[in-house]
Amino acid sequence: MSLAELICPAGTPAALRTAVDAGADAVYCGFQDATNARNFPGLNFTPDELAEAVIYAHAKGTKVLLALNTYPPAGKVDLWRQAADTGARLGIDAFIVADMGVADYIAQTHPQVRLHLSVQAAASSPEAIRYYCENFGVKRVVLPRILTIPEIKQVRKEIPCEIETFIFGNHGLMVEGRCSLTNYLTGQSTNMDGVCSPASDVEYKRDADGTMSSQLAGFTIDCFGPDEKAGYPTICKGRYTAPHRSDAYYAFEEPVSLNLSRLLPELIDAGVHAFKIEGRQRSKSYVRGVVSAFRRAVDDIRAGRSADMADLVALTEGQKQTQGAFETKKWR
Amino acid sequence: MTDLSRLPCALIQPLLTHVVRRIAARHPSLFARLGPHQSTDFLIDPIELPFALHLRPDPEALIFRAVPRDAAPHPGALIRGKFMLLLELMDAEEDGDAAFFSRDLEVSGDTEAVVRLRNALDDVDGSIAEETADMFGAPGRVILARLRRNYPTQENGAVAP
Repeated sequence: MSLAELICPAGTPAALRTAVDAGADAVYCGFQDATNARNFPGLNFTPDELAEAVIYAHAKGTKVLLALNTYPPAGKVDLWRQAADTGARLGIDAFIVADMGVADYIAQTHPQVRLHLSVQAAASSPEAIRYYCENFGVKRVVLPRILTIPEIKQVRKEIPCEIETFIFGNHGLMVEGRCSLTNYLTGQSTNMDGVCSPASDVEYKRDADGTMSSQLAGFTIDCFGPDEKAGYPTICKGRYTAPHRSDAYYAFEEPVSLNLSRLLPELIDAGVHAFKIEGRQRSKSYVRGVVSAFRRAVDDIRAGRSADMADLVALTEGQKQTQGAFETKKWR
Repeated sequence: MTDLSRLPCALIQPLLTHVVRRIAARHPSLFARLGPHQSTDFLIDPIELPFALHLRPDPEALIFRAVPRDAAPHPGALIRGKFMLLLELMDAEEDGDAAFFSRDLEVSGDTEAVVRLRNALDDVDGSIAEETADMFGAPGRVILARLRRNYPTQENGAVAP
């Protein structure tokens, strides 16, 4: 049986302590800049905060993974290199990277620190994963959310590194690391600036009848009826009109969250080494609830008991959940 | 029984000023996460109360006051919901995204300001509500307990989403 480590989000120092106390095996976090894919206003860590967080986590046996999982624009790699140097100096346990240049810098400069390949690298084939392992010493790959469990099992047999999969949270997959929809409307890049649908470009408008529209850079991307559940204001989750449709429809994806709580035993059996919970942008309340629930579930499975999962649907986007491609390629 | 709808603005105004200054003094790191939105006017609108709350989280000139809705300043950002939900969000006992998804929480105006305020409050350890209650000793704690009983949210009580 794999170790089934629980990898948990931390958007702030308080959230990190919450995740550690709730039973995280590792937490992942980022700096307050474009070096990570949750570069949201008021979120993330200063170097001093990360230093304290590493001490807190390590004292409780929890690892700290630093997300450097965006792509440096040409000529601007210094920010990523400085972040890597700072992380290594503070004693983080692994870097999560997507860009080959960043991976190469860390492999050359900080070879003592583990490298994990971010989902943003979109490496889903054994050939691609092996390339990262052989050239940069990657120890773990976070798989894109496009593979079925049998496919994961097959990939596991053909690669020399550990596998981490998402098990809960935002399900904005598209082609991970290559989505330019936000860039198209706002000029800011999810992959280089670290922010999908930047809050400064988001506006919500409510009509007298309770209808709410969400807008990005002045474009309406969805409109929710008075009693309809809402989702994130991202283009990939928007509803659009088209000549061949009578009503507005979800052209890309629906607002829905991944929840693989019922598939944990199969994932462990497939050789998944670590389970990732999405949500660095979420609150301590979310972190506490989701980490605690999955901590109990993983412990139950490890002990040979059936897992009794708490109902987490209230925390899901649009209050809907899916097992996505992990269950079937026809999930949409 | 505590009934928030009967609380007049004038009665709570001195308390609000006292509370916000004490909280700011105890949690100075809040302001760093607010960044440029320290000077934003937030209107926090608990729908059951006869007034809204005007917050300008400027550490040099803090404003936190109860205002009649028809006399409220035009806000940079508006946050509206049931009183107890807003209280639980402030304490990170409820998840803001989930409250938004369920439509229990309404936000408008400057979304970045709202996100910064949410993240700043979420990084506070402990309960601001309980800190506030403690400032007023046993009576404060009794009032908070009554509020939580009388205005339950999904997490601490019995209201279904």
